[in-house]
Amino acid sequence: MLAFIIKRFVQSLVVMLVVGLIAFVMFRFVGDPVDQMVGLETSIEDRERLREALGLNAPLPMQYWNFISSAAQGDFGTSYQFKRPVAVMLGDRLSATLELALVSAIFALCAGIPMGVFTALYKDSVLTKLFQAVSLVGISLPTFLIGILLIYVFSVQLQWLPSFGRGEVVDIAGWSTGLLTSSGLKALILPAITLGLFQMTLIMRLVRSEMMEILRSDFIKFARARGLTPRAVHFGHALKNTMIPVITITGLQLGSIIAFAIITETVFQWPGIGLMFLQAVQDVDVPIMAAYLLMIAFLFVFINLIVDILYVVVDPRIHIEKA
Amino acid sequence: MSDTLLSVKNLVVEFPTRRGILTAVDNVSFDLERGEVLGLVGESGAGKSITGSAVIGLIEPPGRIAAGTVHLAGQRIDNLPSEKMRRIRGDKIGMVFQDPLSSLNPLYSVAEQLVETILTHKGISKKQARDRAIELLDEVGIPAADLRIDDYPHQFSGGMRQRVVIALALCADPELIIADEPTTALDVSVQSQIVSVLKKMCSEHGASVILITHDIGVIAEVADRVAVLYSGRMAEIGPVRDVIKHPQHPYTKGLMGSIPTITQEGDRLTQIPGSMPRLTDRPPGCAFAPRCEMAMSACHHSHPSEENVGTARVACHLITKMGAVA
Repeated sequence: MLAFIIKRFVQSLVVMLVVGLIAFVMFRFVGDPVDQMVGLETSIEDRERLREALGLNAPLPMQYWNFISSAAQGDFGTSYQFKRPVAVMLGDRLSATLELALVSAIFALCAGIPMGVFTALYKDSVLTKLFQAVSLVGISLPTFLIGILLIYVFSVQLQWLPSFGRGEVVDIAGWSTGLLTSSGLKALILPAITLGLFQMTLIMRLVRSEMMEILRSDFIKFARARGLTPRAVHFGHALKNTMIPVITITGLQLGSIIAFAIITETVFQWPGIGLMFLQAVQDVDVPIMAAYLLMIAFLFVFINLIVDILYVVVDPRIHIEKA
Repeated sequence: MSDTLLSVKNLVVEFPTRRGILTAVDNVSFDLERGEVLGLVGESGAGKSITGSAVIGLIEPPGRIAAGTVHLAGQRIDNLPSEKMRRIRGDKIGMVFQDPLSSLNPLYSVAEQLVETILTHKGISKKQARDRAIELLDEVGIPAADLRIDDYPHQFSGGMRQRVVIALALCADPELIIADEPTTALDVSVQSQIVSVLKKMCSEHGASVILITHDIGVIAEVADRVAVLYSGRMAEIGPVRDVIKHPQHPYTKGLMGSIPTITQEGDRLTQIPGSMPRLTDRPPGCAFAPRCEMAMSACHHSHPSEENVGTARVACHLITKMGAVA
């Protein structure tokens, strides 16, 4: 188990170094960083001094090493546009995005798995047809449209929930959270549903198809033949066997939820990193883009590591093969 | 006659399909006494497994028991509500399936599966259930059962897994075991081991057995009586020795003639021409008539009734005719 984790960790490190190279190349070669930072009236000497101070005259491998090592310490340089350290700017907004992503992932799992199980067990129920209709909507309507529709119904017509922003936030050890205030929670509902609906649909369909397949398998028939209760057969034996693909997809999708929260954040004016990234692209604010790239890559790698460990926990066969 | 454990009367199992209703099991009747081993033989699709599933109440919908009755120890069980039937499964009737590789849930250890099953049917503590599980594994011949009980199914070989399956089927002391081709998926070298384990376990635990197979050799080895099914109907049923030595039904004769024996060296094996009719176009008379060398006109028009011939019961017009002559 430990050897397995170390192996995966080294692999993750290599991936991060490669992504770091891409971010570095972007940072270094998409325009001249010095030109981006100074005004037109800066003298050539000043430019040269800045160039030296930034280490841009060092050999390229050295520059790459500097970039990587400072990034590893959380220093992503200074935003061209806002003249503030990128790390601080990310820190301010990361909590908003992570909270949104996490809540929508939990929503997707908590609604998707039971719906998937239900639709697999009761194929002809009216509720199954309803769930499938909802899933069709979830899978085919684009996120922004769902967001706008939700705003129209719950904010404009019913006036139950706010249509934008994050509500009140509380600071706990540098982490600003909206989960502890009622306005924060209220503000979270619509964006989380918007972001999570597609994932929920995906998980529901995945659980349903896996479940139907597994319910036909021999060991389910044998479990029934041993007189186990339907509850033990369905939830103990069948559902656990659907978990491997569900973990895979959820892991992959959690990365996407974070990376592609951009659209939802735009619709709901959610002060997360997606919104910040969008602005950075418009302003060609390369340090923010590079930092965003690194951070998303890190999240993907981290989540995949967790997913791999979860496999081992769920499926004893994987443990043996790797050991 | 000692006491009857299982009594299947005029069982009909139907599967509605788009092309009409398929009758997979048609008017099958048999009795099983306590401690008896009944072999159920026939080609693929003859209705052997469906008959077994019907007895234990696990016919896959939309299939259903359309007619007939199943009595277990005097209690009618074919029409029980699902919860009552669930309590009978495992507790009164155990089942062993064909493929031990896929019969066990890969994500649970052998101990978890055994203990879960025992606790479902017996009101004992977890500790007692575990002790009982180790005891059972020991009985089915798993070496170092107390160490291996926490292993997962994939850590056992095919033959060992089938032993585990047998332990699982027997763990709540059922009165009847339905073994559905328990050796078909195994290596030839372990088949006879498994058969003898099954036989030993069932006789020690006092369970009767319905052994579904197409291996006459296995039947000859362990069964007391044998029932030959053809196209969902009973062709012949009787004591194993009589049926194997003196088959009455032309199909049974063909079946026995197709078994190689060492003494018959050099002779070609007889084979029955043609193949079993599909359930969709079963002939109106005897289902075997189109392949039968001795078919008469009556065979093509009406289905023969079952007649007692000595110790056996046979459904064949030839028998009926001879009976009338005699």
